[in-house]
This record gives sequence, C-alpha cells and structure tokens, in this order.
Amino acid sequence: MTVLLEVTRLNKRFGGVQAVNDVSFAVDEGQIIGLIGPNGAGKSTVFNLINGISEPDLGQVVFGGRDITGRPAYRIARAGLARAHQIVQPLHGLSVLDNCVVGACFGRENLALPQAQEIAREVADRLGLGDRLELPASALTTAGKKRLELARALAARPRLLLLDEVLAGLNPTETDRMIETVQRIRASGVTILMIEHIMRAVMSLSDRIIVLNLGSKLAEGSPQQIANDPTVIAAYLGDSKLIH
Amino acid sequence: MSGILASVVDGVLVGSIYGLAAMGLTLIWGVMRVINLAHGAIIVLGMFLLYFLATAAGFPIYGAIPVAIGIGFVFGVALYWIAVHRVIGQPELMSLLATFAVNMILIGLGTALWSTSPYNVPVRVPGLRVAGYTFTGTHILAAVIAAVIAGALYLLVYHTRIGKAIRAVASNRDAAELVGIPSAQILSLAFGVGVALASVSGTLIATLFPFTVLSGEAYQLKSFVVTVLGGLGNPAGALLGGVALGLIEGLTTPFMPVDWVPVVEFALFVLCLITFPRGIFAFTKA
Amino acid sequence: MKLVWRRPFPWIITVVALAFALVPYVTNDVQLRESLILAAVYIVLASNLNLMIGYAGYVNFGNIVFFGLGGYFCLFMVNAWRWNVLSASLASGVIVSALALLFGLGILRLRGAFFALATIGVNAAIQQLVTNFEPWGGATGIYLSLDAYGPLGGPRQALWTVYLLVVAATLASLLSSYAIKRSKFGLGLLAIGQNESAAAVLGVPTPLYKALAYSVSAFLPAVVGGLYFYKTGIIEPSGAFSLSLSIEAIVMVMLGGQGTVIGPALGAFLYEEMRRFLLTAAAFSNFQLVIAGALLLTIVLFVPGGLMGFVYRRWPRTQKALE
Repeated sequence: MTVLLEVTRLNKRFGGVQAVNDVSFAVDEGQIIGLIGPNGAGKSTVFNLINGISEPDLGQVVFGGRDITGRPAYRIARAGLARAHQIVQPLHGLSVLDNCVVGACFGRENLALPQAQEIAREVADRLGLGDRLELPASALTTAGKKRLELARALAARPRLLLLDEVLAGLNPTETDRMIETVQRIRASGVTILMIEHIMRAVMSLSDRIIVLNLGSKLAEGSPQQIANDPTVIAAYLGDSKLIH
Repeated sequence: MSGILASVVDGVLVGSIYGLAAMGLTLIWGVMRVINLAHGAIIVLGMFLLYFLATAAGFPIYGAIPVAIGIGFVFGVALYWIAVHRVIGQPELMSLLATFAVNMILIGLGTALWSTSPYNVPVRVPGLRVAGYTFTGTHILAAVIAAVIAGALYLLVYHTRIGKAIRAVASNRDAAELVGIPSAQILSLAFGVGVALASVSGTLIATLFPFTVLSGEAYQLKSFVVTVLGGLGNPAGALLGGVALGLIEGLTTPFMPVDWVPVVEFALFVLCLITFPRGIFAFTKA
Repeated sequence: MKLVWRRPFPWIITVVALAFALVPYVTNDVQLRESLILAAVYIVLASNLNLMIGYAGYVNFGNIVFFGLGGYFCLFMVNAWRWNVLSASLASGVIVSALALLFGLGILRLRGAFFALATIGVNAAIQQLVTNFEPWGGATGIYLSLDAYGPLGGPRQALWTVYLLVVAATLASLLSSYAIKRSKFGLGLLAIGQNESAAAVLGVPTPLYKALAYSVSAFLPAVVGGLYFYKTGIIEPSGAFSLSLSIEAIVMVMLGGQGTVIGPALGAFLYEEMRRFLLTAAAFSNFQLVIAGALLLTIVLFVPGGLMGFVYRRWPRTQKALE
C-alpha cells in the first residue's frame, strides 16, 4: 500500500480561533477514508489546507511524494487532486457538458479540447447527466448540481478525490445511489477522502475513519473501532458523563 | 526643517477629511460588498452644495455641514433603491458598472450645468499661531468637524439599534433576515450613510480649496488609496489611513509638480494592494 | 483552426466584412468610408475589450491605453524611422501586447473593482508620462508630414489602403474572438469569468490566463490605433488616451451583449449610429456622457445580457448560427 496523501502537523488559526490544531494523518492509495466530527471541528478547513485554498500556518501536505504545502490551488489540481464542494459551485452560465469539459481540460492530464469533450461526455453519462448535457448548469435541480459537482471533479481523472458532504440534502433513494456511485468511483482507481455526516454511509463506505473535534484529531481507526470509541461518542453528544 | 513640520501637521489636518471620505466608501463596501464608483461624483455634489448654499442662499458656511449630511443621506438612500438594489446579489462586475453609470450621469449633468470652470467659496476663519507658524483656520476647523462626524459615526454604528442592525446585515444578511431585520431597508440606510459621508467631506473640502466638476476624480482616487492603506471595510482604519495619506502628501507634494501627484498616489495604491491585500492597518479579518 | 471554418458564423462575418470593404471602395464614396472606418475602429475596441469583460469577467476601464500607445509607437516609427504603416502598426501591436503581458501579470492580482480602477490609473499614468516625453512631442504630440503617405502612393490612395487594413483588423478581431471562445483557452477564461476560485480549484491556471487575455486584448486595438492615427495625421495625449472613449467601449460591449461574439460588434455599430444622431440633435457632448450613463445603467439593471443576450434567450436557436 503506497501512501498517496500525507498531512503532517497541520495548524491553522483564524483570528482568535485555532481551527486546525496539529492534525496528522495519511491516506493510502485505493482507500476510502472518512473524515468525521461535530460541526466546527475543522474538517472543511483541513480540506482547504490540502487543496490550496488556505495556507497552513504550520505543517506539511505531501501528495504523491511531492510537497504541495501552500501551493496555488490550480497547481494542486494539476497534480491530480480534485474536490467536490459542500456548497456546490457550478459554473452557472456554462452548459453541464462544458462544466465537465473544464474539469477534463485542466485536470491531471491537461487534455486538448476534443479529447476533453469525449471524456467529459463519458463521465457525465456515467453519473446520470447524459440527458441534460446542453442545459445551463443553473437549470439543474439540487441533486443534479451535486452530481455535476462530482462529475466535474471526476472528469479531471484525479488520483485523489476530496468529497465534501456529497450526501447532504439528498433523499434516501438519492443517498443510496450516491453511495453506490462512490463505490464505483473507488473501483475505477480513485482514492477518496470524504467528509460526511450521514453515519450509515461513512460506516459502510470507509476503510478507515478519522475523527476531528474542535480542530484536533480525536481518534482514528476502522469503522467498528470508531463506532465503539467512548471519546467519539462523547464528542458528538457533547457530554462524556452521558455514557457512564 | 520646521517648515516641513508645519507641512506635515497641515497634511494630517487635511488628511482627516480624506479619512472621512474614505470612511463612506469603506462602509458601503464592508456592509454590502459594493464599491461605489459614484463616490467622486458625490464629493463634487457636496462641494457644489456648499457653493450654492453659501453664495446663492447666503447660508452660513458651516451651517451647510448638517445640510450636506442630510441631503447626502437622502440622496444615498434613493441611489441605493434606483441603482444598487437590483445588482446586490450579482457578480461584482454588475455593481461596478451600475455605480459607474451613475457616476457618468452625475458628472455629465454637472458638466452640462456648471461647466468645468473652477469654483471657489471664500471662507474666513482666523488661523492659529504656533511656534512662529500660522496654521490655516479653515484646515483646523475642517479637521475638527471631520473628527466630530467620525465620532458620531462610531456612536451610530456601535451604540444604536440601527447600527447593530447594520452590523448584523453586514455580517450575515440571511441570518439577519431570519431574526426579523428588514435587510434591504438596512442596506439602503447604510448606503445613505456612506453617501452622506462622501457628501459632507466634499463640503468640507470646498471650505479649503477651489474645485471643479472634475475634482471628484482625484478625491475618489485618494479615497481608494486610503481604503487600501486602512483595510477594506474598516472605518477606523480609513480614518488612520486618511491621516497617513495626508502625512505622505505633506511630505512629498512640496517637491513634486501638481500633475504628478495623482500618478504617485495611483502607484502607491497599486503597490499597496499587491503587497498588502488586507490593508496595512489590518485590524479586522478580511 | 479547421474546426472554426466548419461553422456558418465565420463565413457570415467574412462576407459582411468583404461587403464593408468593397462597397465604399467600388462606389468611391468617401463619406461612407469615413463613417465606416470609425465604426470599424469601435468594433475592434469593443470586441477585444469583450475578451476581458465578457469572457474573463474583468472590467478594463482603461482599455483605451492600448489604442493610444499603439498610435504613438506607430506614428513615431513612421515619422522618425521612416517605416511603412503596415510594419509600424503591426510592430506597435506586438510591443503593446508585450507590455500588457508584463503589466497584466501585476495588476491582474487585484480583485474586481481594484483591477478596474488600476486600469484607469494605468491609462492616466501613461498619459501623464507621454505628455512629458519629448521624443514623442510632449503635450503637442506627433504630426505626420505629407510625405509619410508617399510609400502608399500619396494621401488619397493611402486613406483607402488604411481603410482596407482597418476592415481586415476588424475581421481579425471577430474571427479571433470566435476562435478563442471555442478553444481551451477560451473555456478557461469563461470559467474564470463565471467563478474564479472554482476555476482555480478545477486546475485553470488563472494568473497566466488572465494576463494572456489582457495581452491578447491589447494587440488589435494597438494595431488599429496605429492605423487610425496614421490616417488622421496627428496624435496628441488627450485624444489618444481619452477616458470617454474608453468608457464608451464598455457601453458598446454591454449594449450588444457581453460574452457573445457578435454582440460587441453590434453594440459598437449601434452606439456609433446613435452617437452621430445625438451629436447633430443635442449638440452637447456633456449630454452624451449622461445618455451613455443612463443607457449603461438601464442595461446593467434590466438587460444585463445586452441585445444578443436578449435575442438568444428569446430565440435560442439563433445562438447556434450566430454565437
């Protein structure tokens, strides 16, 4: 198992708040790693530090053996790291297809337009958007926009995919479909690091889970270990006395 | 040597008016993420307001100050509803163009009505003699008034309910709506305050220097430089930044032809933006 | 490039451009030529400005600086070095876009409004520098002597040649706008214009692309500046760096439909017609600014897509043919 992503002693402070406090973990190639924790635990900030939106105050991010700490976001994307955001950011005025083409063109393989268009079409199809390719992205439903967010990230043929709450706001049927999709994505060779609140999804999908609380890493282990860890339960419930 | 000191002190006095003007600009940005490109035109309106009140209506010069604030406020609120309200949620491009269009209309009307000739309002205020130098009375008075208005603004924003509502909307518009604050109305009030500040600074400047319809541009540039020095959305920083700019002007303009001053200020502006994107006095988070 | 010619649009505009070129030439109608050359200049300014405003989403308020600098470089080369106008204007284009690339890398780091203001400042600063630059005639500018038109066969013949060159530049502007829009570079620009941070996360090299767009958008306006001031015979600072014209270019882009290919050209043409009508009717250039401002405000508030935006929304199939 080769290590694809390694974050070491990440720290980030915003004004008076230590949003990320000395967080370290590693993601092996081919795995699905779940990143969970109560609201405000710093999960999205960790993602921002990894993919170049924010620069860590201290610490290091190594991807595929290369130090990408603090590099600009577009270079990190070029290195093969893609992200599907919690609050979707479709390129509204462009068509669904064009959104995916952007991903394919500027991703890891730096494709020319014709090849990118083929790949984009194929990925969009696989994610169920094949019937809506010419629509402007703004015309999609919320579920559709979530799929577009994912399709666009996948079109870049990343090595590592950061999923930020892709299941939020979906009904049970959509949730099941998305879980299947995530499994298929991993099967196609993409390593996944996912922030998620839907516990049944995290438990069923993840090989390992990392728990953050108030900016620090609280626990790390298999889904079973995490589910039975009293400190984790306490963090979510907010009061350790409740479990005694 | 002490000639320079006098220049510096004078620069600080005038700089406080720059700070006042910049406060208007930075307040609007801080509350609603709109850059008011009609800022310069409104400063000009403030200048002409003083001219017409003082010469045509025989108004006492400094009595025009509250009038400028009042009219500026009403005008600002109207401007918000006419030109800004519809473009608030849209890409920045749109609000830039909207306020710029207002600027074009105002300057165009101004030029048509008053041409580009210089206007002047003669103001006689006794000066202050300190250590053998006379500091111009008008400069001192203008600086004092600017400080008073800045103080009043502080009280408004931090010690009134309206101020609290403004801060709430600035922080999170949706959340403010949820707790019952009529956000659009509050935004219009905030815009009105910003415009009032620009208008009254124009009036104050008119007590110091002659002006034309086109003077607004130079003062708008100064406001931008100050905003950048003090940090976007930070009114206290704006005041300090204004004083800093006044200081810099006091130190450099004696050695430079007048035409070059805007060029130097522009260079300063761009350099500051590139090196300190959050302002030199970044008291608050971006 | 081959892909470009498979669609109807490039053919349509080539035919129109040929008509533009030939009609006044064949009928020897000097007045028509003069009004068309002005329209052509505006079209070049507007459609290149569109690359920044409509594609990348950055308002270049000071866009006229390219036109003015192009004019100065060209006239200097023709006057002092005895170059012919074609080489001089092309060389000016290259120099100005190289300068734009350098400048662009710096000022495009600034966000939205500050970039817009910085471009005004660049224009003002350059105007100030040129006014004090003796080799370029300082505040009086450069005057071309009549023998500058010698290589083209005398003044009257030269004016026709320049006209054809300007129409060629106009065609080049429209074709390049079209080709860029259908290219990977154009897609990256459009992504930046839609959401710059999302585009960066997707891998679009935003600093480079923005600077390239700024540089590309400088080339043809600089060339046409050279041609236009050569035709006029003189160039001086306030006319070369006129902020009013710069602003009008923005209004033209918005009027016709920013982001579309034909929009800015249409907007330029319509605005020019409207302006001529107003100048004879109102005879106050101040009201020109008021009307342009009111027009811009109306467009921004109610029809942000401009004319073509409206047409494409109402009749979506026209977008397939026209762009």
